[in-house]
Amino acid sequence: MSQNADKVLDHFELFREPEYTEMFANKKKNFEFAVPADEVKKQVEYAKTQEYKEKNFAREALTVNPAKACQPLGAVFAANGFEGTLPFVHGSQGCVAYYRSHFSRHFKEPTSCVSSSMTEDAAVFGGLNNMIDGLANSYSLYKPKMIAVSTTCMAEVIGDDLNAFIKTSREKGSIPADYDVPFAHTPAFVGSHITGYDNALKGILNYFWDGKAGTVPALERKPNDSINFIGGFDGYVVGNNREVKRMFNEFGITPTMLCDPSDAWDTPTDGEFRMYDGGTTLEDTANAIHAKGTIVMQSICAEKTAEYIQSKGQEVVKLHHPVGVKGTDEFLMAISKLSGKPIPASLTKERGRLVDAIADSIAHIHGKKFALYGDPDLMLGLTGFLLELGAEPTTVLSTNGDDAWAAKVQTLFDASPFGKNCKVYPKKDLWHMRSLLFTEPVDFLIGNTYGKYLDRDTGIPLIRLGFPIFDRHHKHRYPVWGYQGALNVLVTILDKIFDQMDISTNGIATTDYSFDIIR
Amino acid sequence: MSATAEVNVNGAELIQEVLKAYPEKSAKKRAKHLNVYEEGKSECDVKSNIKSLPGVMTIRGCAYAGSKGVVWGPIKDMVHISHGPVGCGQYSWASRRNYYIGTTGIDTFGTMQFTSDFQEKDIVFGGDKKLEKIIDEIQVLFPLNKGITVQSECPIGLIGDDIEAVSKKKAKEYEGKVIVPVRCEGFRGVSQSLGHHIANDAVRDFVFDKTDPDKNKFESSPYDVAIIGDYNIGGDAWSSRILLEEMGLRVIAQWSGDGSIAELENTPKAKLNILHCYRSMNYISRHMEEKYGIPWVEYNFFGPSKIEESLRKIASFFDDSIKEKTEQVIAKYKALTDAVIAKYKPRLQGKKVMLFVGGLRPRHVIGAYEDLGMEVVGTGYEFGHNDDYQRTTHYVKDGTLIYDDVTGYEFEKFVEAVQPDLVGSGIKEKYVFQKMGVPFRQMHSWDYSGPYHGYDGFAIFARDMDMAINNPVWGLTKAPWQQAA
Repeated sequence: MSQNADKVLDHFELFREPEYTEMFANKKKNFEFAVPADEVKKQVEYAKTQEYKEKNFAREALTVNPAKACQPLGAVFAANGFEGTLPFVHGSQGCVAYYRSHFSRHFKEPTSCVSSSMTEDAAVFGGLNNMIDGLANSYSLYKPKMIAVSTTCMAEVIGDDLNAFIKTSREKGSIPADYDVPFAHTPAFVGSHITGYDNALKGILNYFWDGKAGTVPALERKPNDSINFIGGFDGYVVGNNREVKRMFNEFGITPTMLCDPSDAWDTPTDGEFRMYDGGTTLEDTANAIHAKGTIVMQSICAEKTAEYIQSKGQEVVKLHHPVGVKGTDEFLMAISKLSGKPIPASLTKERGRLVDAIADSIAHIHGKKFALYGDPDLMLGLTGFLLELGAEPTTVLSTNGDDAWAAKVQTLFDASPFGKNCKVYPKKDLWHMRSLLFTEPVDFLIGNTYGKYLDRDTGIPLIRLGFPIFDRHHKHRYPVWGYQGALNVLVTILDKIFDQMDISTNGIATTDYSFDIIR
Repeated sequence: MSATAEVNVNGAELIQEVLKAYPEKSAKKRAKHLNVYEEGKSECDVKSNIKSLPGVMTIRGCAYAGSKGVVWGPIKDMVHISHGPVGCGQYSWASRRNYYIGTTGIDTFGTMQFTSDFQEKDIVFGGDKKLEKIIDEIQVLFPLNKGITVQSECPIGLIGDDIEAVSKKKAKEYEGKVIVPVRCEGFRGVSQSLGHHIANDAVRDFVFDKTDPDKNKFESSPYDVAIIGDYNIGGDAWSSRILLEEMGLRVIAQWSGDGSIAELENTPKAKLNILHCYRSMNYISRHMEEKYGIPWVEYNFFGPSKIEESLRKIASFFDDSIKEKTEQVIAKYKALTDAVIAKYKPRLQGKKVMLFVGGLRPRHVIGAYEDLGMEVVGTGYEFGHNDDYQRTTHYVKDGTLIYDDVTGYEFEKFVEAVQPDLVGSGIKEKYVFQKMGVPFRQMHSWDYSGPYHGYDGFAIFARDMDMAINNPVWGLTKAPWQQAA
């Protein structure tokens, strides 16, 4: 018996004790009828080959370890960024349990969201009654200022009509006649979480700007000097939105953040649970139609929303998750151009500090090869930054990035000497990535938490950047946008490089001649 | 169980207060799920296993979560396809911590996400052809898999796909390969509970009824048992198995944490099925009793009092040699549990706990808390049935608050009023209560710690409760200038 009260062993150590390892061996030998060890070894080696890779890439139907989630998750994200808003998902309830867990695991924060709890009878007769009762219950219990409705695949397959259902619910008295309930259809079998973000955000703007689903006259745009900012689905929203607001403030501008969950996912521990905190006010949301222009930070994430805003006569600046010096330059120049204000000296100084930091560190990054995967906008931003650092983003992969996205990544490659041998992989998953890491090895992998399995299997160290990050804490509190954000990204990359350097040079009397204290 | 649970408030009044927030029709429905337990009653007197109200924050999941996440997912050497859109598989990907040993992606597949990633055209034209192709591709890329399950997501049932026919066809084509269609669409039933039942039925129909008894043969012994209903969260089944083996029994199968298809197939050779999670696996245990005459016994491996009781109960099915060895096992671990209790009880004595979990834990962990001098003053089930609430009466004290399928609103109000020293529930609840300054442990996943089962697990359980309750952070929630003079 190895457990003891003085030093409690948990799963990390307990199961390495001899009585457990013996037990595992006996279980395997006598009862699992497992594949013989030599066959396992053979397959392990085979899966590293070019031949296996070709079979893997010949896949047409199966998806293994995808780097994307489904539409409604993005809709819940979007709803969460508005003042006092309760996300309401019309469909079966299990989905909502998943969305809430997924966000809570990433942000380490509560995520409020309800569903209409549709079951078999709703599958047969439609979910109208669920909507009528559901809106009444959530309105009474959680007292939101607004309920933002989206759908799951179930509601979409049976064809429930949100507009009609919400209208009927009003007539039946579930909610007051003038209560705000924007909505969006977000079937899980179309697009991914970023599509859901787009649809839901567009749904909310459309609701406020075009007459609240036919209940009031549409707003007439009276252009003013204000500027809207749309961040997109962003795992760093807590740090990023605050950093974005700070940068605007340096210009003397208070932007209208269209969707701002930076407070909702960063509430204090002070004895009170805030179901709602911060967020874009409903008034600001309506008034955003009058803005001079809108900056869309991740335009693949907000394609339809951008198009809709443009149709109202606003100038829309479309960026792709700008990270780094040039990316931030582009962002600041866009603000300057839209507002007619010069770029503040304070930000120019920050730029210089970032360039200084890069110059200090180039020796460790120059020529290093990276594989990266994630949402399409994020990939464009990170690819740009890596090229700017003199690194080679050799393998850039996205599950929810399409051929048009791939062409944009290729354009980035083509514009840099460091992009010469780099390749882009649209609509591929992390099992494809696994093959690529074996056949075309790189120095480092960049991606979300799920990448740790690739790190384990291929020995290529993972730098955690993306969504979700479940197994590291508080990353979402630090921005990746702006010069300060780029510094965070740079340090994240450098820390891993230095850690690897130390791990590979700490062999006593073997490799530790290079175990330097000065790097 | 005579002492009255010390709740700071009158439970019945509290329930009435909470119900006022609902529309009338909903208040009437919810009233049936809330109660204060009265000593001596044979039931907790709450309604259960009924549809959740639309529009409330229920903690429940769905049938898919019950089948894929709990029953089938942990069978490590099979490939489990999340059949339908990408989300369900993504959100349930490796999030339950069903530990296993194997070479992932080669001979085991537990922490992978296989999905058919349904697109609009699959909804319109049906996904059966795609499923056939997926199975072919799995055979090419993962040839050492020992079987495949098809876990249906919502659209599959709605569009009328025939996953049974596809599975049958492909099983034949691959010469008797185990391919199991599971109709666990998320809209079925009222919670994950129906998913457990459906998954159990699929084991019966597609494993037991089709297994060649000469396959994977081993020599039987009179002491062969199977662990049923332990999902090996943080290694729970391992810290349980070791005790059973020490008492002279031979565990021929583990369900389903760290389980393999061979173990499922061989389970009907057991002399006794020992059942931990009654809710999720009583169905298959009853089936094995009826069809193969295998008796089953429930057990509880949380905390030394219940472990001791359970070890003796299990031993009572065997001869004196086992009973003797069981006493030796109990004696062997006495020093450990004494030391754990001596260390932690003074720090935890009198602390009040409110629970809300799934499966068996709303009752089974009560004994472990009591071993540490703590008191459970409120408990309830995510997806319990009437028989779970009957079993709960053996654990709870007079005056305990009982809340079935508690809504987020109710749970917050109850905790606010009762002011427990610890809340034990899941990830969705964790941060709500921590914001309120209430210490919390995730009692689904052991908050990334564990195991909690068995004697080795009890030491970890005690340490974790102490670290949750007695951490200095809870003294920092109010700024000095905000504190009352």
